[in-house]
Amino acid sequence: MQIQILFAALVVLSVIGYFAGRSRAVAVAAGETRTLHSLPRYHGIYVALWCGLPALLASVLWLVVEPRLAEWLLMAQLPSGVRELAPDRLALLLVDIKNLAAGNIVSREVDPALLAASEAYASIRRTSQTALLVVGLTLALGGLAVGRRYISPDLRARNQVERVITVVMIAASLVAILTTIGIVLSLLFEALRFFGRVPVNEFLFGLQWSPQTALREDQVGASGAFGAVPLFLGTLLITAIAMCVAVPIGLFSAIYMSEYASPRFRAATKPTLEILAGIPTVVYGVFAALTMAPFFRGLGEEFGLDVSSESALAAGVVMGIMIIPFVSSLSDDVMNAVPQSLRDGSYALGATKSETIAQVVVPAALPGIVSSVLLAVSRAIGETMIVVMAAGLAANLTINPLEAVTTVTVQIVTLLVGDQEFDSAKTLAAFALGLALFVVTLALNILALQVVRRYREKYD
Amino acid sequence: MTDVIASDPLRKADISAKRLKRRYAAEARFRAYGLLAILAAIAVLGLLLSSVVMQGYSAFTQTEIALEIHFDPEVIDPEGSRDPDTLAQADYRLLVKRALYELFPGVTKRRDKRRLTGLVSSGAGFTLQNMVMDEPELIGRTQEVWVKSSDDVDSFVKGFIDRDLPPEDRRIKDDEIAWIDALAARGDVATRFNGSFFTTGDSREPEQAGILGAVVGSVLTLVITLLLSFPLGVLAAVYLEEFAPKNRWTDLIEVNINNLAAVPSIIFGLLGLAVFLNFMGLPRSAPLVGGMVLALMTLPTVIIAARAAFASVPPSIREAALGIGASKLQTVTHHVLPLALPGVLTGTIIGMARALGETAPLLLIGMVAFVVDIPGSFSDPATVLPVQIYIWVDSPERAFVAKTGAAIMVLLAFLIAMNALAVVLRKRFERRW
Repeated sequence: MQIQILFAALVVLSVIGYFAGRSRAVAVAAGETRTLHSLPRYHGIYVALWCGLPALLASVLWLVVEPRLAEWLLMAQLPSGVRELAPDRLALLLVDIKNLAAGNIVSREVDPALLAASEAYASIRRTSQTALLVVGLTLALGGLAVGRRYISPDLRARNQVERVITVVMIAASLVAILTTIGIVLSLLFEALRFFGRVPVNEFLFGLQWSPQTALREDQVGASGAFGAVPLFLGTLLITAIAMCVAVPIGLFSAIYMSEYASPRFRAATKPTLEILAGIPTVVYGVFAALTMAPFFRGLGEEFGLDVSSESALAAGVVMGIMIIPFVSSLSDDVMNAVPQSLRDGSYALGATKSETIAQVVVPAALPGIVSSVLLAVSRAIGETMIVVMAAGLAANLTINPLEAVTTVTVQIVTLLVGDQEFDSAKTLAAFALGLALFVVTLALNILALQVVRRYREKYD
Repeated sequence: MTDVIASDPLRKADISAKRLKRRYAAEARFRAYGLLAILAAIAVLGLLLSSVVMQGYSAFTQTEIALEIHFDPEVIDPEGSRDPDTLAQADYRLLVKRALYELFPGVTKRRDKRRLTGLVSSGAGFTLQNMVMDEPELIGRTQEVWVKSSDDVDSFVKGFIDRDLPPEDRRIKDDEIAWIDALAARGDVATRFNGSFFTTGDSREPEQAGILGAVVGSVLTLVITLLLSFPLGVLAAVYLEEFAPKNRWTDLIEVNINNLAAVPSIIFGLLGLAVFLNFMGLPRSAPLVGGMVLALMTLPTVIIAARAAFASVPPSIREAALGIGASKLQTVTHHVLPLALPGVLTGTIIGMARALGETAPLLLIGMVAFVVDIPGSFSDPATVLPVQIYIWVDSPERAFVAKTGAAIMVLLAFLIAMNALAVVLRKRFERRW
């Protein structure tokens, strides 16, 4: 609650600071604003920054540090018998104390000791929040006073303000880098903890995947089996089926659009095909699970084949449909970039249009086409919702498209959705799978870029 | 080429004509493959959309049954205090049951009675409760009230359950059909527009489930996404396009942004789980965290689109501004940014549309919870439209399939509106130099 009040107060104070700075600048210039180095506006922003920025930084720091600090203070107050509990039981107790302090329901009997602890915790929180409010407001008011004092006709307010804004812009562009670092570190950190329990070799080359057995510690076979080969194979199978659909349709669509179609036909069909890329994947998932899977099952029965209701075929075909525009759009662009003179040369030798396309245009555009297919493969491997809804959960080691297979992304979702025990091999396995997924898709993307960069023909 | 052919010019021409015919046939085939591929893709798109409509259109209507309800003071408020607490706790379901027993006095066995009351939705009691709470004068009167039927009756009346099937194979048995027919003969069964689909949250009972909770969750999530990714994206794009020196570091940032745009969305869910939930201790299932995860995911899209928009502003504009003494930042804020804004907004809207349709990362941060209440703040447990669709598909009741289709139509309507806005912005304000 206090934090909302503080932020509202900071906004109000900054606005006041802006007007105070502006009027002060006009006052020190005695109304002759042209004697100022910067416009009065910049003096206003200057004071507003002095007022808002330090207080904002302090409260962000508090938001990060406070929960830990409060927990540490609480721990110091708990009886020593409690402090020596096993870490996981202690964590549970802390969660209960926090819940009780927040007025929520707790999972255990509320005894006086727990009640006292929760009251102590609540009072720590109250004190620290009040402290934040006081410190924040002091910083803001102090900043306002200091900034206002600095104002003089010679103050280079604009340059200072611009310097601050430049720093903010640099920070914003670093968010992308930080995201990547965050992804790599979180995946790597959790995956390493997983590999501490399950050897890397077993994970990468093991043929048995059954993490679900590791539900309770005293259960038989509680260690589970974490051989990811069935998942990799399942992912590859579904991706291969998807490519069998997407590459021919996408490539031929691209050829027709760039070489044969009239501009009007092209203007109508290109956006239509791109709708396929804009439809949310969950819609494809519904389509695969409710329409395509029963259809393939019925079709299989006609021919006397036993098609699983969660067959790799249904998921793969629907994924292929989703990927068509990725192949067609990019391939279309690269084929359009092939210079007309190459085609004219081929026609002059007597080749028909299709011969020209197959023997001149496509080879010339090949690096771009290959790169678009690689990007499509990377998209298919990372696709989640279609397979979660239409592919199975059982890790079968098979390449039969009529059977149910599971994929890396399906397993990540099933391992992490629902009730979960933190720090178990089961949840950590999801991060190891995520790391594998990240590395493979990243490698495919870089490869796609390299193919274009290295083999592209340069035409003038 | 060989001597034989060379000595016989007529045959040579013949062979060449034949070959030409073959080559032309191959040409026609090749062209047909291309056309066929495009038509196949469009046909699949049509099939996809029509299957959604076929599944979902029936969820926009709901079968209702008219009952003569006697608002018995003995049941609702025996002491006559009209205290809201008493009114809220009364057994309104009993009033519904009584009205049904009165209609069919022939039903006496306990089991049959239960099946008879099963014709009406279990939420009918709440309908009556709300009526009484709004208007306590109703107590003691008898009034005709339209209440929702159960989902099986709804499916039957809409024709999804074939009455010619053997009774074991259908969810509605013969006596239930007889009751429905009797009610229908009296004109007491009607299929009406299902307004509550748009005004309620999720429910275990298909006939009571609505999408408002998911829509509000989506809006809250997207607000966070927009508030984070738009300013960050524009600031980063301004820096990279207008200020940054060309060196190793900025190259690294650029390559990094392009790679980030191609990272599978589920990886962002893992990031959110590890950093936002486990490390920073933010609440699970909250739109706040969902919005943060989606913001990181859409940030590269926004940056790339914004940079393209800045790059399309001609350098002469910048030079003119610098020439009359503007600082670099003034040049950007007074001239480049306003001119590039339509492009930036278009890119942002497309990024938002992608975020609206995204499901996988949100599953990992717990937004897949069953949430009945409509979320009121950024830290309440919430779900979003695509996740709601995912939850309903997994439900066994047939009526949820229709709800799924209807929810998809609502989702697609939002997406179409956003994309149309982007197209309009581009058409209206885009300037070509």
